[in-house]
Amino acid sequence: MLSKVKSCGLMGIDGYVIEVETDISSGIPAFEIVGLGDVAVKESKERVRASIHNTGLDFPVRRITVNLAPANMKKEGSALDLPIALGILAATQQISTEQLGKYMFVGELSLDGEVKPVNGILSMAVCALQSEVEYFVLPEANADEAAVVKGLNVLPVRNMSEIVEHLNGKKQIETHRIDIDGIFKNSISHELDFADVKGQENVKRALEVAASGAHNCLMIGSPGSGKTMLAKRLPTILPTMTFEEALEVTKIHSIAGLLPPKTSLITSRPFRSPHHTVSNVSLVGGGRYPKPGEISLAHYGVLFLDELPEFAKDALEVLRQPLEDGMVTISRVNASLSYPAKATLICAANPCKCGNLLDPARQCSCTPKQVQAYLGRLSGPLLDRIDIHIEVASVKYKELESTKEEENSAVIRERVNKARRIQLERYKGMEIYSNSQLTPSMINKYCRLDEKGRELLKNSFEKLGLSARAHSRILKVARTIADMEESEEIKTSHLAEAIQYRSLDRKFWCG
Amino acid sequence: MNHCKVGYKMFDSMFYWVWLSSIPGMGSRKKNRLLEYFKDPAGLWDASEEELRKISFLNGGSVCRLLDKNLREDVSRHIENINKYGIKVINIQEEIYPECLKNIYDPPVALYVRGSLLKDEKAVAVVGSRNASLYGLTMAERLSYDLAGYGITIVSGMARGIDASAQKGALKAGGRTIAVLGCGLDKAYPAENKELMERIAQTGAVISEYLPGVPPLPQNFPARNRIISGLSMGTVIIEANEKSGSLITANFALEQGREVFAVPGNITSPVSRGTNKLIKDGAKIVTCAEDILEEFIFYQRTYNTNCQGIKEKKEENIFKGLDENERRLVEHLRNEPLHIDVLSKQSGLGIQLVNSALVMLELKGVVEQMPGKVYKIKV
Repeated sequence: MLSKVKSCGLMGIDGYVIEVETDISSGIPAFEIVGLGDVAVKESKERVRASIHNTGLDFPVRRITVNLAPANMKKEGSALDLPIALGILAATQQISTEQLGKYMFVGELSLDGEVKPVNGILSMAVCALQSEVEYFVLPEANADEAAVVKGLNVLPVRNMSEIVEHLNGKKQIETHRIDIDGIFKNSISHELDFADVKGQENVKRALEVAASGAHNCLMIGSPGSGKTMLAKRLPTILPTMTFEEALEVTKIHSIAGLLPPKTSLITSRPFRSPHHTVSNVSLVGGGRYPKPGEISLAHYGVLFLDELPEFAKDALEVLRQPLEDGMVTISRVNASLSYPAKATLICAANPCKCGNLLDPARQCSCTPKQVQAYLGRLSGPLLDRIDIHIEVASVKYKELESTKEEENSAVIRERVNKARRIQLERYKGMEIYSNSQLTPSMINKYCRLDEKGRELLKNSFEKLGLSARAHSRILKVARTIADMEESEEIKTSHLAEAIQYRSLDRKFWCG
Repeated sequence: MNHCKVGYKMFDSMFYWVWLSSIPGMGSRKKNRLLEYFKDPAGLWDASEEELRKISFLNGGSVCRLLDKNLREDVSRHIENINKYGIKVINIQEEIYPECLKNIYDPPVALYVRGSLLKDEKAVAVVGSRNASLYGLTMAERLSYDLAGYGITIVSGMARGIDASAQKGALKAGGRTIAVLGCGLDKAYPAENKELMERIAQTGAVISEYLPGVPPLPQNFPARNRIISGLSMGTVIIEANEKSGSLITANFALEQGREVFAVPGNITSPVSRGTNKLIKDGAKIVTCAEDILEEFIFYQRTYNTNCQGIKEKKEENIFKGLDENERRLVEHLRNEPLHIDVLSKQSGLGIQLVNSALVMLELKGVVEQMPGKVYKIKV
C-alpha cells in the first residue's frame, strides 16, 4: 500500500512543502527513509517505531520505504517524525485516508507518542496557508505561534492518539485561535524607558534622530557614561512594528529556536548585543546547516555592538555588506540561503584604551598616538556606514539625583512615528523605507540644498576639517532632521545639526 | 693629531665648536672656563697634554676626553648630519647668541638652531604640565596669544600639554615662538608635535644644545629647562603638579634672576598644586597678559601701539554678526568652557537649537569644539 502525507521543511526563513510518501510491501522486514535527510531524520525511525507501539497501534513487520519529496533537497530536524508515523499508519489503513490531502503535519515524537515542539513553525504555517491545505496539525506548544496566520485552521495535538482519533472521526480537535490585536496592545509596554536616563539631552536627541531615520550610530564615551543604558532603550522609541514586520521577525527567531515558549508573535523590536568575542558566522549567519546570525536576529530592531574596537577585525568587516543590502546571502555546500538583515547598527566605544579621554574628572593615561591607534582599529569602510557619531559624557551625581521628570519613550516614539510616516510616504514604491537607505542619486533628488545651505556645507568642510566621506551622511541626517520638523526643504539649521553629528571626522580627535 | 682635519676642506671655526659641544661628561660651566683660558676652541684643540694637565679645574678624565681621538674623528660625521637637517650652529662668541642666555651660570657653548634667532629677542617662557586640564590648556593658549600680540616671543619646550598649547597660541597670533628641545633636532619629540615643530622652525626657532642624533634622555630635560628660562625675561608656569619639571624651570629662573609668574588654579586640582605653591612662595599671580608685561620696562612703549587695539577689537567683534541664540550661548561660554548639555540647560535653549547654533558659531570662528562635546570661546 502507498500513502502520501504533507509536511513542511525550511529553506532560509521560508517553508516548503514536503510530501512524505510511504510504501509498504512484502519482503524482508526493513525501514528505509530516503530523500536526503540528516541524522535527526534518519534517527526518526526509532522514535516512530516506539511511539506507534506505545500508542497501542500496529507497526507493520514488512518492508517500509519512506521517501521525502522533493528528494533533492536536504532535510533536517525532527519535525518530520509525526508525518512519517502517520504515513505508515495510513499505508496500513489504521487511519482514514479520505481527508488526508487537506492536512499538513509537523511535530517531533517522543517514544511514548507525545508530540513535542519544533522550530520554525511560523514559516511553516505561512507555507501551509500558501499551499492551500485546510488544516495544519502541530505540537500544542507551538499552537500560539501558528495561530497568528490568518485563514489557517490550526489543530494543536498533545499526543499521537489524539490525531489518530481525530482523523478517524472519533473525537474532533478544536481549531486554535488567538486575539492578535490583543497581543499587539499588551506587548507595547516596555520595561525600559527613556525616562530612566537622567540628563544626556544631547545623546537622547541624537538617538531620536537615529531612530527617526533608521541611521546607524556610534557612541563614544568613558566607561560608565551610560552608553549601554542608552542603547538598550533605543528599541523603545523605534516605530511600532507592523504585523508584517512582526511576522518576519518571529519567523527568524522561530527558525533559530529563540522564540520564548508560549509566544505567538514577537511584537517589540529585537535588541541583540553579541559579546565582542563573537565569530563571523554567528554575527552574519552560516554554519553547515545555515542558521541566521545576530544581524538577522536583529532584523527590524537594533544590533548593538558594545566595545566596538575589541571586536575581531574581520568580524566587523563581514558586517559591511549586510548593512548595505539589508540581506545576508549564505552559500554552503548544502544550500544557498538569504536571511533578511535590516537592523539599525548601534556601536559603543571607549574614546581610548584607558577610557578616560573625555572624562573631565579622571586622568587619561594614553598618549595621542595610542588614542589614534585605538580608534584606528575601526576601518574606514565600516565608519562609512555609520551616519551619526555621538559623544557621551559622564553624568554628574547631581543630575542622577534630580527628580526632574524626563521625557518618556512613548512621547518620543510618537514623534519618531510621525517622521517615519513622512519617509514611508515619500519613498512609496521605491523599495526603501527610510532616509538612511538613500542612494547617491536619491540624495541628489531628495536632499536638495538651497544656496545658503550649500555655502554652509562648503564652509564647514573647509573650516571644520570634515573628511569627504561625511558629505552624503550629513545630507541624509539633515533630511531626517527636516522630516522630524515636517519641513519640506532642508534648512540651514537642519544641516548645521547634522554636521554636529560627525565628531569622528573632525580633526581635533586626532590632536 | 691633525689627521682628522685632512679631507674636510671647508672646515672653519664651526668644526671646533661642534667638537667642543660634543665632548661628554663635562659641564657647560667647565667648557666656558676652558674657553676663557684658551680664547677659542681651536686653541683648545691644539693644546698639548702637558698644557691641559696644568689647568687646575680639569681632572684626569676631562683631559683624556679632550684628547680622545674617537671624539675628534666623529666631528665630521656630526657636521654632515648638521648640514643634512639644515641646522645652524651658533656659538657663544657670536653676536647673534642670545644675550640673556649668555648671562646665566652655565650657558651652552654652542646652540643648534633650526629657524632664526633675533638679536634683540623679548621673550617670555610659558611652561607647564604635560597632563594639563582643559582650563590649563585654554589659559596657555590665551596668554601666549595675547603676549605674542604684544610682540613678545614665547619660549617653551614643545612638550605635550601646556607647552604645545602655548606655542600654538603664539603661532595663531602670528607671533614668534621658540621651542627648546631636550634631544637632537633631527626628530621631533614628542613625535606627535612634528608638524608643530616645522611650523615653529618656519617663523621662529627650534633650539637644542644637543647634536642631532642625541635621544631624549631624562637627564636632558632639566638641562633643557635652564635654557628655556635663560632665554626669557620671565617664566610663566600655568599648571604644574608638586614634582613637576616646570618647577625646575621656575627654580632656574629664580637662580638666573628672572621673574617667575604663576597662573592660579583650582585648589582641589592636582595639576594646580605646584602653581598654587609658587604663588604662596611669592611668585606673581597672572590673570592676563598685562600682568606679565607691567613687570618689564618696555611695557609702556608697546602698550599704546598694540595692546589697546587688540583688546578693543576683541570685545566689540565677538558679538558682531551673531543672532539672538548665538549671542546667548556666547554669553555663557565667555567665563568657562562648557559641555553642550550644560550649555543647553544654562541658556534655556532646546538641544537642537544649541546643536545647530554651535556649528554656526564654529563656522564664524567664535567658538571652538574640544573632544567630548565641550565648547570654548576661540582665542
